[in-house]
Amino acid sequence: MSTLTALARVQAVAAGVAQPIATVRHVHLAERPMVVVPLTLAGEANAPLAAMVGADPDAPRLLIVPEPRNRDLRFAFAAELAAALLPYIDAHCGETELVAADRGREVRHRYRDAPQVLVPNTASVSFLRLLGRSTRFRRTDGAHAVHPSVPLLGQWLTFLAERAEYPGSSLLVAMTEALALHWATGQSALEDQNLAALLGWIDPPPGRSGAEAAALAEDPAVWPPAGPLTDPEFDRTRLAPAIAEYQAAADERARRRAYATLEELLRSQLAPTWELMWRGVARLRRLPPGERVANRWAVDRTAFTEYADYVRSGESRPQPRRDGAVAAAQRLDRWERAQASYAAQRAYDDPLVLADYRLTGEAFAGVVTAAQPDRVDDRGKRPVLRPRIEVVTEDWMPLRPGAVVYSPARPRQRATVVSVTPRDGATAVVLELAGGMGRSLTAPPGSVPAVGEWVAYTTLTDEYRPPAAFPAPEETPWTHGGPPVGDELTEQDADEDWS
Amino acid sequence: MYRAGVVNPVRSAQRSETGGCDARGWLARLRGPLPPHRHTARTIAALTRNPGCHRRALLDSAGVDKQRLARQVGFPARVGQSPFAIARSAAFAAQVTADGGAELLRLARERLGLTISEARYVDLRRPDHPLAAAGVEAQAADRAAEAAPLEDAYAATRATISDAVRRGDAGVLLDHPTLRLEVAGQPAYLEPGPLALAAEGRHHVITIKSFAILDGQADPAKVSAAAIESAVYVLALRHLLADIGHDAELVSPEVLLVCPRDFSNQPTAAVLDVRKQLGVLRRQLARMARVEALLASLPPDLTFDLAVDAEGVPTRPPEELAAALRSVAARYTPECLAVCELAYFCRQEAAGTTAALGRSVQEQLGGVESVETVLGLASGRLTPQDEQAEVAALLRAAARLRAEALSAAAPRTEEQSEVRRP
Repeated sequence: MSTLTALARVQAVAAGVAQPIATVRHVHLAERPMVVVPLTLAGEANAPLAAMVGADPDAPRLLIVPEPRNRDLRFAFAAELAAALLPYIDAHCGETELVAADRGREVRHRYRDAPQVLVPNTASVSFLRLLGRSTRFRRTDGAHAVHPSVPLLGQWLTFLAERAEYPGSSLLVAMTEALALHWATGQSALEDQNLAALLGWIDPPPGRSGAEAAALAEDPAVWPPAGPLTDPEFDRTRLAPAIAEYQAAADERARRRAYATLEELLRSQLAPTWELMWRGVARLRRLPPGERVANRWAVDRTAFTEYADYVRSGESRPQPRRDGAVAAAQRLDRWERAQASYAAQRAYDDPLVLADYRLTGEAFAGVVTAAQPDRVDDRGKRPVLRPRIEVVTEDWMPLRPGAVVYSPARPRQRATVVSVTPRDGATAVVLELAGGMGRSLTAPPGSVPAVGEWVAYTTLTDEYRPPAAFPAPEETPWTHGGPPVGDELTEQDADEDWS
Repeated sequence: MYRAGVVNPVRSAQRSETGGCDARGWLARLRGPLPPHRHTARTIAALTRNPGCHRRALLDSAGVDKQRLARQVGFPARVGQSPFAIARSAAFAAQVTADGGAELLRLARERLGLTISEARYVDLRRPDHPLAAAGVEAQAADRAAEAAPLEDAYAATRATISDAVRRGDAGVLLDHPTLRLEVAGQPAYLEPGPLALAAEGRHHVITIKSFAILDGQADPAKVSAAAIESAVYVLALRHLLADIGHDAELVSPEVLLVCPRDFSNQPTAAVLDVRKQLGVLRRQLARMARVEALLASLPPDLTFDLAVDAEGVPTRPPEELAAALRSVAARYTPECLAVCELAYFCRQEAAGTTAALGRSVQEQLGGVESVETVLGLASGRLTPQDEQAEVAALLRAAARLRAEALSAAAPRTEEQSEVRRP
């Protein structure tokens, strides 16, 4: 939470409606995202109860488990979910493009599009992760055989849930997170986890303030929880009797009737959240995408392509239960690099995000008051073009000479702080520029900021950072448990007990 | 941190002079004629969250039924557990304690490094215990019940442990023990407790929970709740040992947490070290024992009596109760919503404060308490007092940057969406 976001929250209280904390959209939105709203049975580790699924707002598919404590019915649900999700994923394995890989030494193909799954909140992401964990080791033969699509669904859900942890990825997105990235409400971050309340603040119905809409949204009788847990009162008064009726059904007719009752009951709990999801999508679409959103989506598409090819090779194995030491370290390293890059990209794309860094002294902005675009430094062996500009800023300027900064407008140009001088209550900063100006000793027009131009500079950089070096898994040092013993997957994984 | 106008030093002084304010009498008056609301391990654990809240400390010390109070003032708490969760948790507990707790003993050997091959299993469940049949809902009724049978149950637990220690039993596994802990001068009876295992000269608390340990990991929030609850039991068991003249430190701070493994019903266990939680708990209980200091600053006629009529329906006007509540300062944070029955009342009261937006928001705004003041300082409308100078400068800079970025983005935003339209 930055001071600017905190201030925006306070402003939202006064205004009665959420305030923007981003001026562009920082998540990718697919043309046809797949919305999944899952429900689970309270008290169980991962007992699916129902889900509303689909890529068409007007045609949701309702899947239910009439007795969530029944193992076979759970896997039947998984097969139904697979029937909805896998064709959607496959539909993106079509058109490809060629891209340079390994710094230009290789050419690889990449799918032009990738699937995008939207869920209401982070708890729903966790639910899908667990569902992936519980299905990917199933076997399609033997005593507890499941439909062949079930373990495949498990692999894909695991892939998506892993990507969801990756900063800046948009393959699996929690709506509450996506919205909270762009708006500050007049309530706490804790209360923002309620999707209905959050959207109430962002997009209140006509005639109501955001605060009023959010207060209404907290009543589970008006807005059923967005899941995956259902309202305990609903469980007690409606769901438990309906499940009992299904169990007690004496004949096929009674069972069908009880099933229909359950279906309507669960639809009533899911439909309001389904509406909210698409309202959230529509609200986000009204924001123009940030310039670098497409780059991040390309990273997502690469990850998708690699995994889809792996799955389609027919040689794929379910992801292990836990990373080995080397894999865990690599994952952390990737995560950290993605995190830094994501922060820089958002600041470059969005002046409102950059403002956070201006307040903390990691960025400054102002008007160019002097420029020597053709300044040449000839102290070295060869003369080099090193233009200098002077920027006068009103921002707090703790950076000292020698600091290196970058401008979102010219990300390839390095600017080194030469001097920092207080002037009439503001600060004059002299910067020396290198890079992004071609090879000649004359700067091409526009490559050096001109007098009168408004510029921003920040210490954040999105420069390529090579991955850290790690040993091969079989050379894991003893300090980290030594090389992994044998293959992690066993027959037992498939025969795992299910309560 | 009491509100101005609430404290009347003259009156407080008079009261202590007359000596009529022994804490117990005062607390009883605050509560009214209803029997004190009994603590459970869960409510005691909750005391350690937000220990700075005077309102909660006072109401809990007095044994006021906060749930009913909240309902009467029009802000009922949304509490309650799903029947599915209750059933699952009861079934799991029954399963792992079956066969004289053989499964538990195996886990205890594995995780606690014990060598005993068997332990005597003693079930101390009270036959008339409402929880034996009716589940958690019966708790409320039970809490209001007389203390006598509970004291008896505690005595039975104490006798069993005392016997075991005296006879030097190799191992005794106690199911459904009743433990006792003083909370603000009132005994709180903890049952149905976890299990207590006396083996090889040490005592261990065994907590059974029905959340899963999946691939060796469990939900951190649930584990930390289980740890603090277990700490309550460890503390109570230590009091018991001291009570029968033994070294309280024989109770290990290492608690055995038993949970279902992965997606199955098979139990697995982990050891929780609750030393830190014990410290937190002791500090908070000590603070509550000093409730006199809190009482001294209250209006003498203050009471939270619901004025229940013959049918048990509260008749006290809600506004009057709300006024009584407001005379004791609360320390609301959004985290209260999950742990305190009065949270919705306090949230309403905290509207317009930065604390209501979360601790981190308040910190980022330099600790300024009111939304109005933040906006006044940020716009320059309000002249900062000396100590506000620094935070005012920060807020003005933040407001300037926000306004600048938003206005710069406005035309750019439209332009971009033009460009991007295919």
